[in-house]
Amino acid sequence: MMHDLVLRVVAKLLIPFILLFALYVQFHGDFGPGGGFQAGTIFAAGIIFYGLIFGVDHTRSVVPDCVVETMLAAGVLIYAGVGVAGLLLGGNYLDYFVLDHNPVHGQHRGIFWVEIGVFVTVAGVMLKIFYMFASRGRTEE
Amino acid sequence: MSLVTHLPILQVVVPLMSAPLAVLLRHGGLAFAIVTAAAWAAFACAIALWLQVSDGSVISYAIGNWPPPWGIEYRVDRLTSFVLLLVSGMASIVLPYSRGSIAKEIAPELHYLYYAMFGLCLTGLLGIVMTGDAFNLFVFLEISSLSTYVLIALGRDRRALAASFQYLIMGSIGATFIVIGIGFLYLMTGTLNLADMAVRIGAIENSRPVLAALAFLTVGICLKVALFPLHQWLPNAYTYAPSAVTAFLAATATKVLVYALIRFYFSVFGESMVFERLPLPQIMLWLSLFAMFGANFVAIFQDNLKRLFAYSSVGQIGYITLGLSFDSVHGLTASIVHLFNHGIAKGAIFLLIGGIVVAGYKSGGVSSAPTFDRLAGLSRRMPLTCFGIVIGGLSLIGVPGTAGFVSKWYLILAAMEKGQWWLVAAILLSSLLAVVYVWRFVEAAYFREPSAGQEAREEAPPGLLIPAWVLVVAVVWFGLDTSLTVGTALDAAQQLMSNSR
Repeated sequence: MMHDLVLRVVAKLLIPFILLFALYVQFHGDFGPGGGFQAGTIFAAGIIFYGLIFGVDHTRSVVPDCVVETMLAAGVLIYAGVGVAGLLLGGNYLDYFVLDHNPVHGQHRGIFWVEIGVFVTVAGVMLKIFYMFASRGRTEE
Repeated sequence: MSLVTHLPILQVVVPLMSAPLAVLLRHGGLAFAIVTAAAWAAFACAIALWLQVSDGSVISYAIGNWPPPWGIEYRVDRLTSFVLLLVSGMASIVLPYSRGSIAKEIAPELHYLYYAMFGLCLTGLLGIVMTGDAFNLFVFLEISSLSTYVLIALGRDRRALAASFQYLIMGSIGATFIVIGIGFLYLMTGTLNLADMAVRIGAIENSRPVLAALAFLTVGICLKVALFPLHQWLPNAYTYAPSAVTAFLAATATKVLVYALIRFYFSVFGESMVFERLPLPQIMLWLSLFAMFGANFVAIFQDNLKRLFAYSSVGQIGYITLGLSFDSVHGLTASIVHLFNHGIAKGAIFLLIGGIVVAGYKSGGVSSAPTFDRLAGLSRRMPLTCFGIVIGGLSLIGVPGTAGFVSKWYLILAAMEKGQWWLVAAILLSSLLAVVYVWRFVEAAYFREPSAGQEAREEAPPGLLIPAWVLVVAVVWFGLDTSLTVGTALDAAQQLMSNSR
């Protein structure tokens, strides 16, 4: 891919905006369409785009396998952890009302962290699937 | 925060959180410790819940503090607590066993993923039982199914992949049917809460979408239950999965789906609709009979011991659904008791067969399928293993003194109550088929001379024998002391029959 100058330049230009847009979708999910699932997919798509242009090996050095696997697990833990936090603060599981003195703020805080959990896991899963397909038949570990 | 009030959610969340932790640690031993601890904690929760509802009360837990018809509700009654005991108990016995068995059967770098998948599978199964919300039930069903496909594919035999794929296709069809059924119900009643649904369904129970929902749910769940003729995925899946996985699935997965079936029939649709106005009892009855005779008959001719007992599982599921078709307290009791008793007996048998398989790897055999020519004279080298399998087999036949006898006794009682004497004869006749296949094992292991050049096997290591024998002892224990099994099941059956309209 070393000769595809246009592709490489355009990719380098676009990728930061794709990643930024993912974060916009993530944090604007409260007020408009969006949320962790879509944001995670867009974020992973940005990195997969990088992988398509610059090769899987380069991508692996940017986002190593162990990071991806940690993301998979960490997102679920964040989600479940929000629930446990509700338990520890005296409510039921996944009770957002008790997360802040003001119940409405509590709801905001709860959904914020849950969506972060979703974002991390979805991005991790997308990348994991990409890596697994991309590395098939290339290396037999 | 008082621990007792949060037991219903801890029951599910503790195994759920153990799975990502196992992935984070990326270490087989640590993952084993975490998931096993979580399974034991879940077992403790199940025992505590069982004690809490032993007076016939019902626990309701509102997730996120949203009250039931709107939020997701976790609901524990007698039946729930009984199935929770079985599932979490089996997990806490099979997990310590896994340590020894997967060392031989699964590549070391995959061990932590095995434990993570096991944790997820346990979460899904517990969640299906626990939840009082139709869509939540579907989500947990998917969690348990997806992790089950992975667990089966981990088998060392390459055919495990094909078996897993076959199960994936069949399981997805089943899950799709279930979600269509739930969708219809949601459309017609405007609620996903099972208890609320049951109240609202009364006015519209003859409408076509509700009947369609019943049909979709029945077929979808029966696919996952492996009720004859929807059992095609089961023999391969059980045969090629790793030993510990086979034991856990055989003891819990199909049983939990039977629970879901009972839940929908008796708690949502109401038995008067399902059993009195529709020809469902007849359909159930005949499919059960086909399972009891057909699958047991096929089992006799299997050459692989795992496959033999897999077909026997299909047959035994027939007894469970037969109990359902009677639509009486005793019939329902028989079903519930049998799903417990068959669970522990089959679990014990598959754990012991796993011991044979693992011992085969030790002596350097590449393929170690427990076929009958390899079993010749096995009792001399593995006396404890063989004796355990025989006891488990006796329970499958239904010999007095084993757990299987108790459930068949109630089944026969229910048949006599209905005055269906030919069914009593059918139950006894189909048990004779079980005698034949168990005898095939006895004949090979005890009376045949070991063939020359056969690999020398020694007794399975204690790490495998002890969990298996705990279950063998349980098989005898629940055959003699029925206060836990029959007592709880009878309560549960009465609760179900009185709740339904």
